[in-house]
Amino acid sequence: MSWFEKLIPSRITTERRRRSVPEGLWIKCPQCSAQLYRAELERNLHVCPKCTHHMRVGARDRLEMFLDAGSGREIAEKLVAQDPLKFRDTKRYRDRLSQAQKDVGERDALLAMSGTLKGQPVVACAFEFRFMGGSMGSVVGEKFCRAAAWSRDNRMPLICFSSSGGARMQEALYSLLQMAKTSAALAALAETRTPFVSVLTDPTTGGVSASLAMLGDINIAEPGALIGFAGPRVIEQTVRETLPEGFQRSEFLLEHGAIDMIVDRREMRDMLAALLAKLLKLPAPAD
Amino acid sequence: MDMKFLDFEQPIAELEAKIDELRFVGDDSEINISDEIARLRSKSESLTRSIFSSLTAWQVAQLARHPLRPYTLDYLAMLAPDFQELHGDRMYADDPAIVGGIGRLDGKPVMFIGQQKGRDTKERVRRNYGMARPEGYRKALRLMRLAEKFRLPLVTLIDTPGAYPGIGAEERGQSEAIARNLLEMVRLRTPVIAVVIGEGGSGGALAIGVGDRVVMLEYSVYSVISPEGCASILWKSADKAELAAEAMGITAARLRSLGLVDEVVKEPLGGAHRDPEAAAGLLRTALMSHLRELEAMDLGELLRRRATRLEGYGSFREG
Repeated sequence: MSWFEKLIPSRITTERRRRSVPEGLWIKCPQCSAQLYRAELERNLHVCPKCTHHMRVGARDRLEMFLDAGSGREIAEKLVAQDPLKFRDTKRYRDRLSQAQKDVGERDALLAMSGTLKGQPVVACAFEFRFMGGSMGSVVGEKFCRAAAWSRDNRMPLICFSSSGGARMQEALYSLLQMAKTSAALAALAETRTPFVSVLTDPTTGGVSASLAMLGDINIAEPGALIGFAGPRVIEQTVRETLPEGFQRSEFLLEHGAIDMIVDRREMRDMLAALLAKLLKLPAPAD
Repeated sequence: MDMKFLDFEQPIAELEAKIDELRFVGDDSEINISDEIARLRSKSESLTRSIFSSLTAWQVAQLARHPLRPYTLDYLAMLAPDFQELHGDRMYADDPAIVGGIGRLDGKPVMFIGQQKGRDTKERVRRNYGMARPEGYRKALRLMRLAEKFRLPLVTLIDTPGAYPGIGAEERGQSEAIARNLLEMVRLRTPVIAVVIGEGGSGGALAIGVGDRVVMLEYSVYSVISPEGCASILWKSADKAELAAEAMGITAARLRSLGLVDEVVKEPLGGAHRDPEAAAGLLRTALMSHLRELEAMDLGELLRRRATRLEGYGSFREG
């Protein structure tokens, strides 16, 4: 509050505030600093219209924008974490969980849905990065496996949008083993020749990138996403040098042969529908 | 300070030093010196027994990283003296942080793969402290496929702080190399036994750790992140590693009680480094019994059971 505002009686200040622009109507692009109108940004799928920077999106928004409108049906939505280790650091894991559930409005860090993509039945899941850094614990692992099983049993292609810092430390070895468990689900899916497309979004590192996210029949990344095994800070501390510009970004991964293509979010539906139709030997999807 | 003894073993170290002193004083003095030595010996043993009966998770982690602890090639020299090492991933390089090859375990040919740490500074650097790069995991995968082709059972020996977090490793696809191994081990058509012999560090350990049996040596540890790493992230201080080790439950005994590993193989009193031969003997017995069970199984049944065990990992409820 400036000295000038302090001079004004508080009643008037409140009045002024109420009439002012509601918070969050404008959003600043972290890339080009452009002031963006929220509604316009949402219409543009959270891609900056000025510089095409892809902002992070929540799991629910992600699946809503990806699947045909209103087609999504949640899979295994009731799964919740237990705390077998009674884990406690500076806070109890239980408390961290309920806090995250309250803040984010999701039960855990993965959302899975069956639905359609341009009429083609698919199963899609998305990591919720705001939920404890999208970390993979038992619930994420189990839900991914149930989504993969649904996909396998109904011969519906599986698509996963990953966004995760890795394994959930508070579940210790349980979380590490989710890497093996989700890989097993993908091995079973592969037996039925049902496509799995992994879409890596910003950021995907650690145990998620070193398991399901790199196991797509086709690996796709959104532009400019941070993708890697170790986080840049860990690498810098280990090798004691500054990392090159663009290191571990989507474009770097494409150049090094780790992904098939980089796809703009606004073209994701078109690209995936066309690709899947080819893999399934179906006619090209209509627009 | 004797390198053989860790901090918490200092009382044992002092007793052992006394015993050594007496041995040097030795023969020329009174007869009862040998009695005295025997007395101190038994005291040292019972002290060791008592200290080792209630180790904290952090103390076990220190034992798992003990500089004298037997490493993969040490065990192979004892378990399979005719072990023949096979090199290279056929794509890029030979990673010395992972060794693999064929040996005979009690006469039976077995494919062995394990991380290898170095004993002295030069060797440590050459082996990159047991931290493999993608080419290491890809060499491992090549050898797994070789094992599958010739129906050799696979035994992996896990001993790594983790996969190497370096620039080249990222460029060559560390994530993909690890992920690929997980997927291929799920469906590898031959029996697989994974043994954590020292440090089971995160994805770098799991990348050779998916199988029909997961066995841990008594003083080995297995965790999603090192205690130091966990402490610096969650407690914002690596000094809290002791707390982190406890909270994560990284020891063989704890993980066995959680049902995450199948067997804990006993080590000699004071740890494997006190008597490597005995440690190898205990491991051999465990391996032989698991191999017998797994080889008696029909391959389809083996793979179904492997899948079922992997599906069972996790702790959750329907809210």
